[in-house]
Amino acid sequence: MHEMSLAEGILELIEDAARREGFGRVRTVFLEIGRLSSVEPEAMAFCFDAVTRDSIAAGARLEIIAVPGSGICLDCGRESLLEAVYDPCEHCGAALVRVTGGTEMRVRELDVE
Amino acid sequence: MCTTCGCGQGETKIDGQAVHDPEHGHEHTHADGTTHSHSHDHIHGEGHEHGHTYVPAHSHAPGVPQSRRVQIAPDSLAKKAAYARENRAFLAGRRVFALNLVSSPGSGKTTLLVKTIEALKGRKGVAVIEGDQQTSQDAERIRATGASAVQINTGKGCHLDAHMVGHAIQQLDPADKSLLMIENVGNLVCPAAFDLGEAHKVVVLSVTEGEDKPIKYPDMFRAAKLMLLNKCDLLPHLDFDVDQAIAYARRVNPDIEVLRVSAKSGEGMDEWLGWLEQNAAK
Repeated sequence: MHEMSLAEGILELIEDAARREGFGRVRTVFLEIGRLSSVEPEAMAFCFDAVTRDSIAAGARLEIIAVPGSGICLDCGRESLLEAVYDPCEHCGAALVRVTGGTEMRVRELDVE
Repeated sequence: MCTTCGCGQGETKIDGQAVHDPEHGHEHTHADGTTHSHSHDHIHGEGHEHGHTYVPAHSHAPGVPQSRRVQIAPDSLAKKAAYARENRAFLAGRRVFALNLVSSPGSGKTTLLVKTIEALKGRKGVAVIEGDQQTSQDAERIRATGASAVQINTGKGCHLDAHMVGHAIQQLDPADKSLLMIENVGNLVCPAAFDLGEAHKVVVLSVTEGEDKPIKYPDMFRAAKLMLLNKCDLLPHLDFDVDQAIAYARRVNPDIEVLRVSAKSGEGMDEWLGWLEQNAAK
C-alpha cells in the first residue's frame, strides 16, 4: 500500500501550496497518473480520501488524469504506446522497448477557493 | 502520520528510537481543530520547509465562494522528492556513493553486504542503512563486520522513504568518499516507487525465486540499474533458467546490467566489486 505514502505526499504538496498561495479550501485536485507508474488509481483514490480527512483538502474531488505509457523501440526506433513495461514494439514486434513516458505521477493543478 | 513534516507517529524507529522525538518537537493546533506535533531534528538544509503557519480560511461575502486554479510545479510530486534531493546533495558533497538494494525477502541481501564489506576492508569505508519492519538483527550482522550501521524499523511500513533515510544518514555521518549501502525492506513492489537520494537501485534476485520475477514485478526491475543474480552456487540443483531471467529483465529494462554472484561461494564477487569501483568513480 505505497499509495498511502504517496497520498500523504500529495497532501503535503497541497499544504505547501496553501501557505504559498493563501487559499483555505481545495475543491478539486487534478492528478496525473502514468499508465506505467507504480500507482494504482483506485487505491490512490481510496487513500486520498483517508489522508485528506480533517485537512484543508477534506472532501476535495480527486480528478485522475490517465497518462498513456510510451516507449522507443531499440530495433526500429519508432514510438509505441505501452500498456505494460514489457510490451513489445507495436510496429515491428521487437521485445526491447525503452520506456520514455507514462512513468510519473504528478499533481497538475488545484481548484481552490 | 504527521502530514506536515512527514514523520510517522510511533511507527518508524531508527535504532529503536522513534523518529518523531517529542522532546524536540512542538504541538500546535490547526484552524480546523486538528493538533499536530512536529520534530525539528533534521539534517535537511535549505529548501526543507518547516513553516507551520496554517493559512486561515479566507472570509467571503455570502454567496458562492470564488474558485481559482493553482498550478503546481512539474517536479514537485511530493515533499518526499525534496527530501531525496537533499539526501543526494548531501551525499554528493561528501562524494559518498549510495546504492539502494532492493529485493524480495530472503534473496540474500544482508549476506551479500557482509561479504562485500569484508572484501572492501582496508580499501573503502562502508556504512549501511538497514530497513526492516521489525528487529535490528540485520544491523547487528553488519556491525559485527566492524562497519557502522543504522537500523530503520518501518513498523507497518512496506518501504523506506527519503525522510527516514535522511535521519539515518545524519546518525551514520558517513565518511568522505565512502560507500553507503541502503538495504531496503524486502519487498519487490513498493520500494520501486521511492527515491531515497541514492545513485542507483540494485535489485537482487536469487535463483531460488524463479526466472519470471522480472515480468511479474516489472516496476522494480525497470527502476534498477543492476540486477545481481544471487545464490548462483545453487544453480546445479535448480531448474532456474538464467538466460530466460535475463531476457525477462531486459524486456522491462533494456539497459539493465546483470552480474551472476554467489555471496556464499564467492563466485562473481570480483565482478561486483569492480562494478562498485567503476560506478563510484563516475
